Amino acid sequence: MGVGARLPRKEDRRFLRGEGEYVANIRIHGMLDVAFVRSPMAHAKIRGIRKFPGVFTSEDLKGVQPIRASSSLKGFKSSDQPVLAAGKVRQVGELVAMCVAATRAEAEDLADQVELDLEELPAVVDMIEARINPPALVHDEWGDNVFLESLVDDDLSELKRNAAVTVKRSIRTARQHMSPMEGRGVVCEWNRRLDQLVMYSAAQMPHLNRAGLAECLGIDQGSIRVIAPDVGGGFGYKGILLPEEVCLAWLCRKLGRPVRWIEDRREQLSANANCREHHYDITLYADAKGKILGIDCEATVDSGAYSSYPFSACLEGAQVSSILPGPYKMDRYRCRTWSMATNKAPILPYRGVARTGVCFALELMVDAAARELKIEPHEMRLANLVQPGEMPYTNITNKHFDSGDYPEAVRRAARMIDVEKIRKLQKEHPASVRKIGVGFAIFCEQAAHGTSVYHGWGIPMVPGHEQCAARLSPDGVLELRIGAHSHGQGMETTMAQVAHTVLGVDPENVRLVHGDTATTPYSTGTWGSRSMVMSGGAVAAACDVIAGRVKAIAAKLLEVSSQDLILSDGFAVVAGTDKKMSLAEVAHVWYRKPQLLPADVDPAGLEATAGYKAKVDTGTFSYACHATTVAVDTETGHVEILDYVIVEDGGTLVNPMIVDGQVFGGAAQGIGTALYEEMPFDEQGQPLATTLADYLLPSATEVPSIRIDHIETPSPHTRFGQKGIGEGGAIAPPAAIANAVNDALAPLGVEITESPLTPRRIVEAIMKARV
Amino acid sequence: MKACAFEYERPRNVESALRLLSTENSKILAGGQSLGPMLNLRVVQPALLVDLRGIEELKSVKDEKDSVTLGACVTHAQIEDGRLPDPTRGFMREVAANIAYRAVRNRGTIGGSLAHADPAADWPSALSVLGATVLIAGPGGRHEIPIEKFLTGLFETALKTGDILVAIRVPKLSARARVGYWKFCRKAGEFAQAIGAALDDPERGVARAVIGATRGAPHILADAKALFAKPEKQALLHAVDGAGLAADAYNRQLHAVALRRAIEKLAA
Repeated sequence: MGVGARLPRKEDRRFLRGEGEYVANIRIHGMLDVAFVRSPMAHAKIRGIRKFPGVFTSEDLKGVQPIRASSSLKGFKSSDQPVLAAGKVRQVGELVAMCVAATRAEAEDLADQVELDLEELPAVVDMIEARINPPALVHDEWGDNVFLESLVDDDLSELKRNAAVTVKRSIRTARQHMSPMEGRGVVCEWNRRLDQLVMYSAAQMPHLNRAGLAECLGIDQGSIRVIAPDVGGGFGYKGILLPEEVCLAWLCRKLGRPVRWIEDRREQLSANANCREHHYDITLYADAKGKILGIDCEATVDSGAYSSYPFSACLEGAQVSSILPGPYKMDRYRCRTWSMATNKAPILPYRGVARTGVCFALELMVDAAARELKIEPHEMRLANLVQPGEMPYTNITNKHFDSGDYPEAVRRAARMIDVEKIRKLQKEHPASVRKIGVGFAIFCEQAAHGTSVYHGWGIPMVPGHEQCAARLSPDGVLELRIGAHSHGQGMETTMAQVAHTVLGVDPENVRLVHGDTATTPYSTGTWGSRSMVMSGGAVAAACDVIAGRVKAIAAKLLEVSSQDLILSDGFAVVAGTDKKMSLAEVAHVWYRKPQLLPADVDPAGLEATAGYKAKVDTGTFSYACHATTVAVDTETGHVEILDYVIVEDGGTLVNPMIVDGQVFGGAAQGIGTALYEEMPFDEQGQPLATTLADYLLPSATEVPSIRIDHIETPSPHTRFGQKGIGEGGAIAPPAAIANAVNDALAPLGVEITESPLTPRRIVEAIMKARV
Repeated sequence: MKACAFEYERPRNVESALRLLSTENSKILAGGQSLGPMLNLRVVQPALLVDLRGIEELKSVKDEKDSVTLGACVTHAQIEDGRLPDPTRGFMREVAANIAYRAVRNRGTIGGSLAHADPAADWPSALSVLGATVLIAGPGGRHEIPIEKFLTGLFETALKTGDILVAIRVPKLSARARVGYWKFCRKAGEFAQAIGAALDDPERGVARAVIGATRGAPHILADAKALFAKPEKQALLHAVDGAGLAADAYNRQLHAVALRRAIEKLAA
């Protein structure tokens, strides 16, 4: 039942019965509904707003500060995001006015009547144009549209002269939308007795929402309580302080009534397509045997209109330059990045953050070089990966890879997908309109990274020690309170498994309390594949403390030395005997029969708060090799995934079943990135896929049966050897699938370097090659 | 998004429905699978919704010697499940089974789909190739009209304000008839980007093909005998160009491929 067990998820009892409790389920007497008037234009001056009773605009929100997420990185330009637009609108969907009524339908009726007088300005839509030939300035006072420019410099002149192969490509990934099943939602009420705002929000990091709210509202953090109930998927979409949250917090106090806003899918799609848009001009140098000598890259990230709180507009771009070399060795590396402001939704880090785009760029380059050198793609990878004997390994961008056998992941994936069989198949029907191809992608993923990584960014959030407050209750039930929050990760189960391993307590007798700033220790929350390492470590640390105190009490009662006691199956057992005492009995004595306690008992009792930080906090490095076989219909451009394998190393797996679920779910999102998901904009910055009929998500029929194989190399830095693994599944599929499609189309001289690989892009590339 | 406020009526017969439809800004509700989202997006803002699903006549089916007449409110799922007489010996079942998702098929109706006249939907193309007849009731009485005259354009039909599509009569295929249908969707359940349909029924002297999912009404090739015999690239592209799809190279190819693959199914 402890660390390593495939324990069924405790929370599924309510989720699978449809009994989860989400923000939209919350009903409070007297609650009003809010609908927002959103900007219909991407970039415009606000000349006037004609409004009615029940409608509020920025001029009403006196004293409310704009959202500001700065970075201390040199040259970073800050953007103030007014919670309701003031002066100018900078993206379609920006909040302009807040309308409140008894029902959402009536609030929308009100919103329909508000008249906006907008003077349209040229929109900054394309991130390259935004830099080279800007049609306008998103933030007039900046003088350009650059949030941040960064440079990792190197001298590549020797490579340019001597490399046997020089491969140059332009690579682009589409702007996407994160699509959790549950959208965002906020309910606010003002508690008069406590003089406290109570906000229910679908949030991944409730403590940071509280901190940000306090800054915007100018009140102390104690007068705010943020509760994140069940959250139906996050992926980064809910790791943000929302302008809607600030608006509703202000409104509930102003009206003295509870208020609610539930995001609908149209708002989500039209206002919040906010991730993954990258562009790379990239050159890879290799020797004749396929050894990578160096990489030269100019990368641009479309960061959108504002810097979001707390991750800021710089995270993604700066990450690109630090992780582009991937799991490979190379001696030379140069990378310049630009984080560009455009008239689109502010960028947020989506599952895998920059890594999905980076992996796409790098892995397409490796395949392009392999094709040029006529080397099998997996062989080219094997020639360049960090070897297990070199671990721990510090790479060219100073990333500290903790452990693992990267080449073994590639070898296993190549065997599972059966490269030789595919090569034979390809030769059998050379003239067929249906072309088969195989593709690989490998990445390593820094997760659970801490203070030493984040302090340099100087953004509103730097993770330090993670804490757990544990309490053994009078009936022997263990309560664990943590500040991280589950939005689908199954932490009610995995944290109980950790407690079982340390304390011997039955996971059924463990209650996880999370998602409430009033009852849990401060935490930066759940992001960056960190909770199992950080909160898991904190739970273990708190359970260690409780274990010592339980043993001390039991030793007195059993008249033995506490060293002779072991904790197992809910009992303190005298080793080698059948003398034992249950945790419930020990707790009963502490709470109900204190006269029996030892004289020197620890007065802190059966409650303990303990903290955790990995000794080396540069992060765990899980890694995976994905391999896929696809069939491309060259007449229609349809791509069918025939086989998909993943060889993954997440270190010690606390619950392998949950890990498999995470990997499957991530891979499904990666397939979306690879083949379906794209938010196009027109020249005026209008989003063109504003319903799910236009914005395509993969569904059950588009996701194949995926075969997963695990390597388990424990991390040397974490409590149980666990590594962060939550994001990995979403990183490699676009690269693996694109490489497979390009392998299939290679005989036609076609190579596609843009995601998603839509039927139109594929057929048009084939048509172009034929001309 | 929530719909604007509207009145709702559920009449029990066609005559009451016609009377209600004389109300200003009234709109018919059948399965609601297109209308529902349009209401919520406030693309349509009717004052009155007249729900036809309480009318028995519109849910009835008439099996006659040469044809089967399906009430407009017959659902895709009823057809898919084979619970009704099928004049096409399985073809209509196959078409129904590949419309959107089961949840949509449970509610969506054949008459609603046809009256909505979305070129990317299946029934406009499938019923066009079958040569169906559309039965209409209006303020001035009842009449019927061949499908090629019923579908007039993008979301456009011959229905006049106040008219109700009552039923669809589908001729029975003869024993040796063959039908081919092929559509291209980005993913399962999505609207089609290209549709090809072909019917070869020599006993009835029919060799008809349809290019569907165009920017208007389905494009009907009334005599496709030559194309059936030799579905060659140039002839296919010529047909597609005739459907007004020449401008976009990808779209043009996709429709030609769909038509060819439908024709190839005739031989299967």
